[in-house]
Amino acid sequence: MAKTQVEDINRNIYDIKNEDEYAFKMQKGLNREVVLEISKQKNDPDWMRELRLKALEVYNSLELPTWGPDLSELHMDDIATYVKPKSKLNTSWDDVPEEIKKTFDTLGIPEAEKKSLAGVGAQYDSEVVYHSMKEDLLKQGVVYLDMESAVREYPDLVKEHFMKCVPVNDHKFVALHAAVWSGGSFVYVPKGVKVDIPLQSYFRLNSPESGQFEHTLIIVDEGASLHFIEGCSAPKYNKVNLHAGCVELYVKDNAYLRYSTIENWSKNMMNLNTKKAIVGKNAQIDWVTGSFGSKISMLYPMSILNGEGAKTEYTGITFAGKGQNLDTGFKVIHNAPNTSSVVNSKSISKEGGSCTYRALVRVAERAKNAKCSVSCESLMLDDISRSDTIPVNDIQTDEVEFSHEAKIGKISDKEIFYLMSRGLSEEDARAMIVRGFAYPISKELPVEYAVEMNNLINMELEGSIG
Amino acid sequence: MEKLLEIKDLYANVGEKEILKGLNLTINKGEVHVVMGPNGAGKSTLANVIFNNPAYTKVSGSVEFEGENINDLSVDKIAKKGVFMSFQSPEEIPGISTFNFLKFAKGKITDKPVKVFEFKKQVEGFTEELNMNPKLIERNLNVGFSGGEKKKNEILQMLALNPKLAILDETDSGLDVDAIKTVSKGIEMYKNDENAVLIITHNTRILKHLKVDFVHVLVDGRIVKTGMGELATEIEENGYKEYNA
Repeated sequence: MAKTQVEDINRNIYDIKNEDEYAFKMQKGLNREVVLEISKQKNDPDWMRELRLKALEVYNSLELPTWGPDLSELHMDDIATYVKPKSKLNTSWDDVPEEIKKTFDTLGIPEAEKKSLAGVGAQYDSEVVYHSMKEDLLKQGVVYLDMESAVREYPDLVKEHFMKCVPVNDHKFVALHAAVWSGGSFVYVPKGVKVDIPLQSYFRLNSPESGQFEHTLIIVDEGASLHFIEGCSAPKYNKVNLHAGCVELYVKDNAYLRYSTIENWSKNMMNLNTKKAIVGKNAQIDWVTGSFGSKISMLYPMSILNGEGAKTEYTGITFAGKGQNLDTGFKVIHNAPNTSSVVNSKSISKEGGSCTYRALVRVAERAKNAKCSVSCESLMLDDISRSDTIPVNDIQTDEVEFSHEAKIGKISDKEIFYLMSRGLSEEDARAMIVRGFAYPISKELPVEYAVEMNNLINMELEGSIG
Repeated sequence: MEKLLEIKDLYANVGEKEILKGLNLTINKGEVHVVMGPNGAGKSTLANVIFNNPAYTKVSGSVEFEGENINDLSVDKIAKKGVFMSFQSPEEIPGISTFNFLKFAKGKITDKPVKVFEFKKQVEGFTEELNMNPKLIERNLNVGFSGGEKKKNEILQMLALNPKLAILDETDSGLDVDAIKTVSKGIEMYKNDENAVLIITHNTRILKHLKVDFVHVLVDGRIVKTGMGELATEIEENGYKEYNA
């Protein structure tokens, strides 16, 4: 297969790769036997096996998207869809095999769990290897499980919501996901329960030439609230890896969900992820997203505002360096009166990297008094990088307040001169300005992730001067 | 007397346009100099060229600092030699607090780790002397500061970074009487026998509150007259007409 060009940047801890050890690695490629084997390994109930097989048919019937980044380097025949790590699901880090635990230690997950999280899930390749939640949340009826356990233990709840927010035929990679999904997290927050401390799932893809297809399903019931954090990373290989996760969020009436993500994939990753939220009456979903790594990303979280007075905010930053084509954005459907959406998107591109903000705002005719405000800012660090904004606005009522603001800029020489006159090197000055540009986003992230994001920016800017 | 800055026969351009046309200026330790001149005479260019701002081109001549030619040094290296410039319109930098910025800059300039507690006390003392809202240093550098606050923040940076030569480019413009007094006080606090100040201005207001050693009149890229404090008074009364010919 074609070798992918990967830039040699030291990504420090993210690039530490373990030996590709596994208990079971699916043969490469995708066909009915592969799907059935995964289903067997998972001990699926019948309805799930049927869903997988139907999804495979849908996958085969759909074409690759004809818009957006070029996906021709992705050959499904070269990708292993299921890699089972040499570990069962554990509830104590002490039971997680040393090699795998070391990876999560380096990423700071057990440490963060002690300090600032109410629960943690950790997935290694295709399986969740650790899952735990604080006792008091358990008592309040909060459910936080790996997806497979949820299928077994909460069959009705899962069956009612699984692939309903994101339909199987949404696009080719959703169908692929539904056919081969493995791992991920399930959260249910009962009516009126406020989870004050965040839950976090971390997805680590170690195995080369493989795919990660985790499924996240979160139901925040009426009047409840939750902050969920998702982290993703992978070490660098010189062959293509694929991430086609799926996130389905149900925010019921008067509920609140904040969904924070830092995706820091290595630069051989095709990140074709799908995330949607259905939002009820007077409920709110806030997305905070940082997209750093990957060779290609196509990621457009969507809020579907179905209930009257539903709200959504999207705060996102995308950083594309050499050889990266990150096509990201936000979609919102205003389906009810008095709904509102606020979008604040930033992108940074350098060394020929390309950032595209691709967005959809749809306001249905019945969505009277909807409000939508979109702001996109791009920063280009040199003359060879790209930044595009492709908004689609479909507004079917006159009774709407809508604003769209887009700015594309470069670092001004005046700012550099000012900072250098205070003794900062040009590199320091640029990093400070880029961090400042990203600040409105990073301040929305949990503090460890804000620090991680600043480190990533510094890492990306190292040696990029001159 | 020990020379700090010596500019010899300096010609400098912005783009293709000649701005400085044979400028000479010597500043010794312990001195306060004022360069005055009408708009467009090259006052701000002078400040920027001393600092080797890449937007300006030195055509010929030299800038020496403590006997060393700094014509081609990068901006940060000149800062590390001990030159400071207070900007006419300071840039707004989001994402870093004024204090953290100062701490970072101090570390870079001195090339030593900053003793945070001590430095903080010192900076807080300066904000008090400058009648600044003490919370200002916790806010992002210059972001949302009023014009007066930005100017005071420049003086604060001068005090905190404690350079050998402070160039104040139109620091007095746009300030009310009280703010001018405060800025003057800041300069008095900074001033000692080992350092020097170069004030660049187009009016004489700030000079009422400061003891000045030399006044230079800059017209059309050249210093056309040098005198003592009374030269400023003379210019205030008569303007620059007599030099324009």
